[in-house]
Amino acid sequence: MKPYRSPWMTEELDALRATARRFFEKEVAAHDQRWRQNGKIDREVWRKAGELGLLCMGIPEEFGGHGVSFAHEVVVVEEQSRVADTALPYVPGSCGGPYMLLKNGTREQTLRWMPKLVSGEHFIAVCVTEPGGGSDVAGIRSKARREGDEYVINGSKTFVTMGSQADLAIVAARTGGPGKDGMSMFMVEVAKSPGFQLGRRLEKVGQHAIDTHEVFLEELRVPAENLLGGVEGRAFAGAMTGFHRERLVIAASSISTAERAVELAVEYTKQRKMFNQTLWDFQNTRIKLAECATEARIGRVFLDSLISRVLADDPLDEATAAMAKWWCSEKQNRIIDECLQFFGGYGYMMEYPIAKLFVDARVQKIYGGANEALKGIIAKSL
Amino acid sequence: MAGANGGKQMKPYRSPWMNEELDALRTTARRFYETEVAPYAVKWRQQGKIDRAVWRKAGELGLLCMGISEDHGGRGGTLAHEVVMIEEQARIADTSFPFVPGSCGGPYGLLRQGSDEQVKRWMPKLASGEHFIAACITEPSGGSDVRSLRASAKRDGEEYVINGSKTFITMASQADLAMVMARDSETNELVSFMVEVAGSPGFKLGRRLEKVGQHGIDTHEVFLDDLRVPAWNAMRGREKSFAAGEITGFNRERVVIACSAVACAERAVELAVDYTKQRKMFNQTEWDFQNTRIKLAECATEARIGRVFIDSLISRILAGEVIDGAESAMAKTWCTEMQNRVVDQCLQFFGGYGYMMEYPIAQLFVDARVQKIYGGANEGLKGVIAKAL
Repeated sequence: MKPYRSPWMTEELDALRATARRFFEKEVAAHDQRWRQNGKIDREVWRKAGELGLLCMGIPEEFGGHGVSFAHEVVVVEEQSRVADTALPYVPGSCGGPYMLLKNGTREQTLRWMPKLVSGEHFIAVCVTEPGGGSDVAGIRSKARREGDEYVINGSKTFVTMGSQADLAIVAARTGGPGKDGMSMFMVEVAKSPGFQLGRRLEKVGQHAIDTHEVFLEELRVPAENLLGGVEGRAFAGAMTGFHRERLVIAASSISTAERAVELAVEYTKQRKMFNQTLWDFQNTRIKLAECATEARIGRVFLDSLISRVLADDPLDEATAAMAKWWCSEKQNRIIDECLQFFGGYGYMMEYPIAKLFVDARVQKIYGGANEALKGIIAKSL
Repeated sequence: MAGANGGKQMKPYRSPWMNEELDALRTTARRFYETEVAPYAVKWRQQGKIDRAVWRKAGELGLLCMGISEDHGGRGGTLAHEVVMIEEQARIADTSFPFVPGSCGGPYGLLRQGSDEQVKRWMPKLASGEHFIAACITEPSGGSDVRSLRASAKRDGEEYVINGSKTFITMASQADLAMVMARDSETNELVSFMVEVAGSPGFKLGRRLEKVGQHGIDTHEVFLDDLRVPAWNAMRGREKSFAAGEITGFNRERVVIACSAVACAERAVELAVDYTKQRKMFNQTEWDFQNTRIKLAECATEARIGRVFIDSLISRILAGEVIDGAESAMAKTWCTEMQNRVVDQCLQFFGGYGYMMEYPIAQLFVDARVQKIYGGANEGLKGVIAKAL
């Protein structure tokens, strides 16, 4: 087949791809097993990513970012899929948190916290989800009360990515009545905040090298100047703008991992001998992999059309971004499951990349807005 | 419960290859289908064939052979013109008007295989709608496996004498020309022969075949019984003289089928959204049930994703790029499977009414099944894709 090249790729992005590939092979893949066993990464790798200029690439230069396009982030996500890695918390730490600060912080706040996120000296965690509410963001119960020059926050958060390794945490809490309008966001500098207490490290189905924690907010004191945007009641809209971008990034990682799974399965079945032929020689193998390759390509073309629109400053509407996220993540799971099957027992062994792709995939249908909720958004637009 | 009101509208989608000229064509095509086709749907379905005059009308309006250059007797437009026609046909859930086989299939077979003189002789009347061309390739023993064809052509002086049997022949009883594929008994190569039906007693109709759907299209068995064809009518291919950007016949057909699959799926979703929003049940509308909204959101997503894929191929073809066989196979297999899933799901929301042929969704349903079969069975096409992996 003709090699497919995304229409938005450029020579500059080819160079970035080479850098990212070297980084993931040398600094990430080599440590994968140990990180999985530790349940967290070596914090140092984040600094290295920052030194190479791989973090916060789409953040404008005036705020300390690299001021380049969304496509740069997609290239890094694609290269991460190539090594079947999810340990480096690139999507939450470079595509998620920093944009939430950019969209919600005042100019001064952004200038204060962003540069160290770009350099990789700091990692930012996002504390929105609570034990009683995930996709239903408007229902959060943590409370922040004003006391002089401080806010005092009480509540509990869960599923906090990098909870034990973050330097900054954006915490959503209620400053007013129930519903969307009563929520605010605060920047917590973790080292100075004894009220930011870690609960259990949560054991997950996959993505074992990413640290995921419960967090308790116990009389957590935050200077009033850390109220993001300087105005109470803006958290809901702020959280939603972040999710929007996140959905497209999740769709991109879905497609690139599905493509990788197909590549791995084609390579494996062509060399795997059985019953006096190769596994590829069985018609079932070829038909199933043709179906997987087709769905991966169709998802790719859809995703690329959306990326091209974003690059052309044609903002995506919510329903279209939702389409990309639910469909691509669902296909990712189906395709990887199908591809794993061809590896037989080996596909069940974590030393095989296909096994990692499998356990890491499941949550893509859940985070970034559960797929069911996203379908509700699409239905509203019909 | 959250209903349709207050919903945020999705940005309207416009295919990137659309332009003002195509908008005007769309208006013409829509009027044509609404006045010349839709009113006769029931009659044609019952008689098992169209009124032949409608083909002539389409030709008069310039709607046939649009992608064939004027030098070759066509209208000098592009694939995009044909796609617009297909989309408008899907809008009225019609399959009786044989646009794909008669204007996107046969004429391109002639263009591909005929000499300049042959094209000059037969193409103009195909474009004017005076003639209809049927392709006679498939035999009872072999469909997708073209190499196994057995009809034979034996040279006899200035004629060939053809014997064999063909089946699934679209419009056989109404065609003026038939492109018959047979094996030259001297060289054993497959050759297409142009048969002018009116002067050919050896071209004999067998049974009219009763089908699962597409009831308004005439489909016949054909027997070739000492069928005599002038040797001049043998067409041996002219692939080499193709203009840059021309795609091979099967590739073109697959892309066109994929277009109709996406257009039908989009129409089914529109019909189901409209219907469920007004259908009252259990003190609310059917749309108010969450299951309805989630299922239709899934259908709308798949239709959109198919649309973006097919539009990317159309844009590339219009830009002169050659689409390879594996890509057109991806489009055809995935879009037709999606069409069948989506139309089936949408029919469900109509309850018993969806089973009644007077409802367009029922028409879309019975007409969809064969899309996974013709134009290369989807299994055969998946083999083509696998070879490219």
